[in-house]
Amino acid sequence: MQTRLHLICVITLAACLAFSWQTQAAEESSPAPGRAMARQAGIMSGDWTTADHSEMEKLQQTFESGPEITEACLSCHSKADDQLSHTIHWKWLSPYEDGDLIGKAGYSVNNFCISTNKMEDQKCSSCHIGWNGKEDGINCLRCHGGADMDWQAQFKDYQFFKEMGETELVEEIQADIKKAVTDITRPTRQNCGSCHFNGGGGEAVKHGDLDASLIKPKRSLDVHMGIDGQDFSCTRCHTTQEHQVSGRVYSTPAVSERKSLVEDDLAPKISCESCHTATPHKDGKINDHTDMVACQSCHIPEFARAHATEMTWDWSEAGKLKDGEPYIEKGKYDRPVYKSIKGTFTWEKDVVPKYYWYNGSVAALTAKDVIDPSKTVRVSHPVGERGEDQSRIFPFKVHWANQPYDKVNNTLVTPLLSKANDGYWKTFDWQDSLSRGMEIMDLPWSGELGFVETTYVFPTTHMVAPKEQALDCRACHQLEDGRLENLAGFYMPGRDHFPMLDYGAWGLAIAALAAVLLHAIGRIMASPGKREE
Amino acid sequence: MNEQMKKIYLYTRYERFWHWLQMALIAVLLATGLEVHGVFSLIGFERAVDVHDFVGLTWLIAFFFFTFWLFTTGEWKQYIPTTRKMLIVIRYYSYGIFRGEPHPVPKSKKAKHNPLQRLTYLSLAAVMLPIQMITGLLYWSYNSWGAWGLDFLTMGAVAFIHTAMGFGILIFVIIHVYMTTTGHTVFAHIKAMITGWEDVEKSATVEEWEAR
Repeated sequence: MQTRLHLICVITLAACLAFSWQTQAAEESSPAPGRAMARQAGIMSGDWTTADHSEMEKLQQTFESGPEITEACLSCHSKADDQLSHTIHWKWLSPYEDGDLIGKAGYSVNNFCISTNKMEDQKCSSCHIGWNGKEDGINCLRCHGGADMDWQAQFKDYQFFKEMGETELVEEIQADIKKAVTDITRPTRQNCGSCHFNGGGGEAVKHGDLDASLIKPKRSLDVHMGIDGQDFSCTRCHTTQEHQVSGRVYSTPAVSERKSLVEDDLAPKISCESCHTATPHKDGKINDHTDMVACQSCHIPEFARAHATEMTWDWSEAGKLKDGEPYIEKGKYDRPVYKSIKGTFTWEKDVVPKYYWYNGSVAALTAKDVIDPSKTVRVSHPVGERGEDQSRIFPFKVHWANQPYDKVNNTLVTPLLSKANDGYWKTFDWQDSLSRGMEIMDLPWSGELGFVETTYVFPTTHMVAPKEQALDCRACHQLEDGRLENLAGFYMPGRDHFPMLDYGAWGLAIAALAAVLLHAIGRIMASPGKREE
Repeated sequence: MNEQMKKIYLYTRYERFWHWLQMALIAVLLATGLEVHGVFSLIGFERAVDVHDFVGLTWLIAFFFFTFWLFTTGEWKQYIPTTRKMLIVIRYYSYGIFRGEPHPVPKSKKAKHNPLQRLTYLSLAAVMLPIQMITGLLYWSYNSWGAWGLDFLTMGAVAFIHTAMGFGILIFVIIHVYMTTTGHTVFAHIKAMITGWEDVEKSATVEEWEAR
């Protein structure tokens, strides 16, 4: 009887413990539901291309300028220019608002190179998808060309040698041009990355999760794009409709509804849920998080995991010269820590993101907005709050800067940086570059220059790590220094306590222990044996 | 066993099984609960949550069987509270026990519990444990509160009650385990809960009210 009872107790305990091991084992044997779904959605079915551009008659001609190439493209793709002219890639203005307020070509400012001065700035415009900044029309090959080519230089050389009568060189250049014109692709990582990996004036400056390391990433850096893994291109998720590429985050979210492909097979694949569904984990408790916590929060444990990213920029230090010449000083990670034309920088690798409630929208200031320079100015900040249907806890890179503002008008100001010999990068003269820059913007400038501390945010969504690297529960569910320490207004197990309850309860438990100990001592002291003595 | 003692069969097989099963469940729940609470780190947060959830649900289901047993066997009557002899029992534990006096309310098949035990076990089985199970179930299912029309609940309130009751049970365990040593030998009561046979004094008489 006794043994049998013991046996039952042991079996019960063993069953409890076995449960946890068994679930662990099951996790390893078959993929989580969200993974299985995504694998189905992500099956590659080979090359879909039905055309070989090297066989196209229209492309067998001599091209003497960029617009001639575009004309050839449009002779077949007749709707492409109209489609493209409405996109943010062409306009640099938010397609979701009327007018020219929001967007790079509008009054939007950031805390990097601040403004494009309505695209008058030459350096900024080098990323525009036209042949010559916003002049001379669309350059289709910026996104669809497989060859890496400096078209402006190429056509310049062509004209030069043609005038010189160097027929052999002219033919050689023309052969290169033809080869490039017929090398047509869906946008590759190089196409997108030539601008998006270099935002803010250099590689890995702006985004902590988008840099040149994504051209040939390992699976451990990006589980989707890893060349030793799924090998996705950007357009695998950034699906396109009429040349509108999904995924742009301005005042409107990249997606308004969280739909999986099962619910709507023509929905953009831009959100994690598109392929992985809203219940991707095998463990129900972890799925209970997906209504509050974005996938990115746990699955991108740090950003800038391959290349260091720029975290701070102090414009007020700009303009120092050595022997009358601008200079560059390099520091850790072989990145510049000082540039005469820009100021001082700091760079960081493996950065732990900051977490905020985020409904997919980012609110940003424009050069027209009045700021309060007594506080750190949020040039952009995530929008969203707890309890909102679309809001999730989301990881961000927060970029700090000290940037120029107008002390009288209390506005952020937009210096002209690069334009022939006029910009700050040539003159190192704040007054001149600011009065030029503000004049282009048609905004008032008092002449009183100050510097104000600002922050700018980037949602962290690329460089998703393999599941083994996902955050441990304790990263957030812990008493002190948890990642969600700054988020208030809700109780989170492991992080939150009721101090009075804890003190009271432990006090009572210790009191009870002391009482029984005293009672036991009393019994021993007064035991019959003792009494008889 | 001395000559004034006799053995009576006090705890049935199911009762003993239930007692030790519940002991094991509570031990695991206390340990994993405190780990989730951040008191110590033993098996890791995620596994602690998994084990806590599984064992908690197991307990909830097992508790239904216990309730069924309690009512079908009439054993629920053992938990009817009384104030009679209450003061005498309190006097015994705070004074008489040190003088080697016999227990004023001897155990019998029909009255397993003294008035203090009746009150303690009733508040445990009818109040604390059900509250703990209900708050635990709510805690576990918090994503469904909206669908169940329970939006007025807050995680903080549920967690507060669940934590408070958890500590309450911890304090009960401390006192309960100690009280098992107050039999005529240190392990007498524990042995009885294992074998079912309790030693009671031969001369002990069971009063009418205790046997109802």
